[in-house]
Amino acid sequence: MNKDILTSLRPALVMTILFAILLGLAYPLALTGIGQLVFPSQANGSLIQQDGRFVGSALIGQGFSSDRYFSSRPSAAGGGYDGLASSGSNLGPTSQALIARVKADRDALTRANPGRPIPVDLVTASGSGLDPDISPDAAYYQVDRIARVRSMDVGRVKSLVDQTIERPLFGILGEPRVNVLEINRRLDRIGASKTE
Amino acid sequence: MTFQGWILILGFVGILLMLAKPMGLWLFALYEGRRTPLHMVFGPIESGFYKLAGIDPNAEQGWRRYAVHMLIFNAALLLFTYAVLRLQGVLPLNPLGYAGLSEHLSFNTAVSFTTNTNWQSYGGESTMSNLSQMLGLTIHNFLSAATGIALAFALFRGFAGRETKGIGNFWADLTRITLYLLLPACFLYALFLIASGVPQTLAGSVDVTTLEGARQTLALGPVASQEAIKMLGTNGGGFFNTNSAHPFENPSALTNFVQMLSIFLIGVGLTYTFGKAVGNVRQGWAILAAMTFLFLLGTAVTYWQEAAGNPVLHQLGIAGGNMEGKEVRFGIAASALFSVVTTAASCGAVNAMHDSFTALGGMIPLLNIQLGEVVVGGVGAGIYGFLLFAILAVFVAGLMVGRTPEYVGKKIEGREVKLAVLAIAVLPLMILGFSALASVLPAGLAGPLNKGPHGFSEILYAFTSAVGNNGSAFAGLTANTPFYNGMLGVAMWVGRFCVIVPMLAIAGGLAAKKYTPETAGSFPTTGPLWTGLLIGLILIVGGLTFLPSLALGPIADHVAMINGQLF
Repeated sequence: MNKDILTSLRPALVMTILFAILLGLAYPLALTGIGQLVFPSQANGSLIQQDGRFVGSALIGQGFSSDRYFSSRPSAAGGGYDGLASSGSNLGPTSQALIARVKADRDALTRANPGRPIPVDLVTASGSGLDPDISPDAAYYQVDRIARVRSMDVGRVKSLVDQTIERPLFGILGEPRVNVLEINRRLDRIGASKTE
Repeated sequence: MTFQGWILILGFVGILLMLAKPMGLWLFALYEGRRTPLHMVFGPIESGFYKLAGIDPNAEQGWRRYAVHMLIFNAALLLFTYAVLRLQGVLPLNPLGYAGLSEHLSFNTAVSFTTNTNWQSYGGESTMSNLSQMLGLTIHNFLSAATGIALAFALFRGFAGRETKGIGNFWADLTRITLYLLLPACFLYALFLIASGVPQTLAGSVDVTTLEGARQTLALGPVASQEAIKMLGTNGGGFFNTNSAHPFENPSALTNFVQMLSIFLIGVGLTYTFGKAVGNVRQGWAILAAMTFLFLLGTAVTYWQEAAGNPVLHQLGIAGGNMEGKEVRFGIAASALFSVVTTAASCGAVNAMHDSFTALGGMIPLLNIQLGEVVVGGVGAGIYGFLLFAILAVFVAGLMVGRTPEYVGKKIEGREVKLAVLAIAVLPLMILGFSALASVLPAGLAGPLNKGPHGFSEILYAFTSAVGNNGSAFAGLTANTPFYNGMLGVAMWVGRFCVIVPMLAIAGGLAAKKYTPETAGSFPTTGPLWTGLLIGLILIVGGLTFLPSLALGPIADHVAMINGQLF
């Protein structure tokens, strides 16, 4: 046993250093170099530029408090959609805190969008707290409100939702969904072209 | 449950089974130390490493030497990462200026990554510098995975050996698995992830101004390089706090599907490799059949429960499945499937928050780990854990029919059975003992976020995950305290190495035995009867041991949930 320990020391130390260099430095740095060269947009966070500034990432959700925008899902990331503190609520199915939160959200949603059943994703916090999407149901649910607040034709807003829905890949992978930042940018563009 | 959801699940299993043989053959080449096409590229690195470290890759090691070299290497890695984490504040590549980690968090994290657990008491984006992620953590993702596969190879050699002392050379196994499998595969995998939107940069973060004019700071970093090995090596330690639920780790349904496949890929391949190693691939298929059955059973329960949703929410007029803690782009089917995959393997990555699953939907991930993560299991760890159950199963079968137990040509005798029971008993002893302790001590009771039975589930899940080297969590538990970091650190170390050492002892003992050819009197270990026996034994040993604790946690929680009782 002692001899086994003695013979192991040199390989253990040297291999730790060699593998640290190979796997801890060379591998990630080589990938960083290639990623920055070949896929610069994706490698840096899929940022969206508008009027010369970054307005967000195509992959990361943001909070929308104004009635004029489609709302995102509830978020438990920091104070809401905090890109430095991703988090789910971690509340279990029998949690009073969960049910109280859902009730409050339900009542607020019903006031702003009366007369429709509430889609479940609008009152549940996502896993990451940064979910960029809502379900098509959750988008349609908000159509009347958006049309009213923006003085737009309901059919126009509805067709905007239709156009923004992303379908599952090959019809199987993923759920139909609406990227909230994307649809809100399209809303703004319609608004801008109107005022011109 | 939807038709589309079931197509996804069955398609996943179908593709996986098709990949078992090619993956198994590649692993078999590494098992035998044969030359692969990749030797052209990495061959010089391999021989260079041996030369510098003074290693003779052809020197056969007995099980004791194999075990000691493996342990000392893992101890060296542990100290290395501990130092990197403690010194984080003064080391480079720290764009957000994070300070060094506390003693107990550094200890917990170093143990966690060394043991392939990847339990995370910290939130990645708010704690770790880029250097810590790369140099402190990513290397463990490779080397703990390579260690696991090497150990499986050692056990295979025990079964395949004919009156020999040696069970291979640890350094050769480790280096070949890393250079000819994990590193090249992860390189391509990471490129796919980058193309799909996973960041790979040395920047720490970027600021954007949202449509409503607020400032949002997005954490970035070398994510893809860590993400690839995190999945393929069944490590599960995410770059970000919310792991594969975070859009930067898992941006789309396609990356999600590939991530699930990559968790299982090496594990299913190893069942085929085992069959090849013992000269009868049907032995491997019999094991894979038992695994697939248990896997589909667990998936069905979790998918059913999550799709049925939370009755308390239904009473508030909100219909539909349970979306708390789930991402819209994955939906319920892919979240349920991921949770079963990650706990059947010892991965522990999550794409949804298990803590917010329905009571029974969340019980399956817990139970999967308690069964010993033998349903495919972690890379290496899954198959050697499963073979321990196989040893018990032939012993039980032998007792029932009055035959001498044999398995793949080796007589199973008292020594093997005792060591197998020792390795298997570590799990319940540690999980139940530590959970009980944490449930009565004030420092333990301070942890849970949820109250009532769900709070107990959080504690039970934490120790189950640690001892089982899984790493997923009911993440409401506040675990970054000296009490939990210390206890969970010990649990992870014991859960890994107190299984490995008896397992290697079995390998050494088996290698020395002579080959016993199959006769008409041997119990066949390839047919449906054998597969059924394995399934039964795993469910009985796991189920009976843990049922009382499950009754106090998830089952009580379920009864409360359907009666609308809140805590």
